Amino acid sequence: MLTVHGLTKRYGDAEVVRGLDLAVRRGECFGLLGPNGAGKTTTLRLLLGLIEPDAGQIELAGIPVPARAREARMKIGVVPQMDNLDPDFSVRENLVAYGRYFGMGRAEITARVPELLDFAGLAHKADAPIAQLSGGMKRRLTLARALVHDPDILFLDEPTTGLDPQARHLIWQGLRRLIAAGKTIVLTTHFMDEAERLADRLAILDHGRVVAEGAPRALIESHIEPAVVEVYGDGLADWTRERALAACQRFETVGETLFCYTDDAQRVIDALKPAPALRYLHRPSNLEDVFLKLTGRDLRD
Amino acid sequence: MIRLPRLSWRFVPVWQRNYLVWKKLAIPSILGNLADPMLYMLGLGFGLGSLLPDVAGMPYLTFLAAGTVAYSTMNAATFEVLYSSFSRMHVQRTWDAILNAPMTLDDVLFGELMWAVSKSLLSGLAILAVIWGLGLYGDFWLTLAIIPVVLLIGFCFGGMGLVMNAVSPSYDFFLYYFTLAITPMVLLCGVFFPVSQLPPLLQAVSAWLPLTHAIDLARPLVVGRVPDNIGLHVLALLAYGSAGFVVALALTRRRLLR
Repeated sequence: MLTVHGLTKRYGDAEVVRGLDLAVRRGECFGLLGPNGAGKTTTLRLLLGLIEPDAGQIELAGIPVPARAREARMKIGVVPQMDNLDPDFSVRENLVAYGRYFGMGRAEITARVPELLDFAGLAHKADAPIAQLSGGMKRRLTLARALVHDPDILFLDEPTTGLDPQARHLIWQGLRRLIAAGKTIVLTTHFMDEAERLADRLAILDHGRVVAEGAPRALIESHIEPAVVEVYGDGLADWTRERALAACQRFETVGETLFCYTDDAQRVIDALKPAPALRYLHRPSNLEDVFLKLTGRDLRD
Repeated sequence: MIRLPRLSWRFVPVWQRNYLVWKKLAIPSILGNLADPMLYMLGLGFGLGSLLPDVAGMPYLTFLAAGTVAYSTMNAATFEVLYSSFSRMHVQRTWDAILNAPMTLDDVLFGELMWAVSKSLLSGLAILAVIWGLGLYGDFWLTLAIIPVVLLIGFCFGGMGLVMNAVSPSYDFFLYYFTLAITPMVLLCGVFFPVSQLPPLLQAVSAWLPLTHAIDLARPLVVGRVPDNIGLHVLALLAYGSAGFVVALALTRRRLLR
């Protein structure tokens, strides 16, 4: 559905995207993960043909981008990071106006609107002004707007950032329905739980490069030990010095917490018994552990 | 990168979007846009006009009405592409949303320009209606030629204003354009008094300003004469507007699509 080969984008001396290769299959949900500044949004803008790459090829459903970007965009629906609904229009008018940008006729759009309002759960708000919508409603409307021309592939740039848990779950439900209906989805996010829940496969981006790629489970299995024991409390420094090396396969100290990665959590827990002042949390390792291992723990501002 | 715009009919939905929004607030918008120039024209025209002999061979009210057609058209186009376009581009991010559809920046910017032309047509027509209503014209049929002139003025100042829109960090920036370009033009181009009253140096400057060309077309048509040098004036207005549009396109591309 989407193939990217050697994609490169430079701004002055800074290489923001560095020889990116991606292949997204029809009907799959593909996650693009990465810290701030990893090049996720730039990559999406390149895929849309909004900006010109310095090198590399993009093909979307067989259409080369940016050479035939206009044609490609007929097949793409976009949910941008920042809401850009039209505040001068009602919910319904937003859908109608957006359909026109795809060259749809009035009758065609009008026929489509009830279905989209239902999908967004906004049928009761059809004539409400945008200012009256909650954050979650706005996001759902933005998603419905991206579907107005019935695209084959959807680009979602951090679709649930800033939403409360209820609103996030509603968006996820909507996305699952779209995946079930056979749409291809490319999703950028820095919520690991979101990626684990939705993505069939994902790529972790850092400094404009893919540092790991695969199914979420497979990535966890191949990059990290199956269990994590997080240890914190008084006497951590002593325990780290005396016991950690023997008890953990690999460990990392971040601030006041020791992350102990292991195949055998029981051994770690036993080793903690002589130090009752220490508290711990035992959990299965997850995508976030992989992410932090590969991209580091430094803040990216 | 400066290049020729690639224009297509796809600008129509952009124009239509602005039209639909405007339609919701048409009455206050018309009053807001038109009351101001009309009040100036009538207030100064009657008030000051009663103190003056004929100006450039016509009653002051007529002189001022002809200037006001051009002036109010210029203002309508300028305000539209400065404040309103900036809201859509920068504040509401409406252009970003449109650019995710199969639309190019050329389509968006041309739609905005055509919308500014439409708004200035409305403004020009309103002043023209007053001219007709008060019988301030020489030959009714010649005044009809003011309509294409108004479109031309809207195009000229719409194209120029889009450059300001492309480089502006905030609404406050537009004040420079008004102080340094629009207000001097109003005073130097013969809206309120004949350019011949100015010192020779300023007259020479005035000859290069687009509003002078606009008024040189509009005023004779009001009084009932065919303007001199039509080709030169039309060409000047087209040149300013087109150059503005092409530069604005390059600057806006650098701003939004990089």
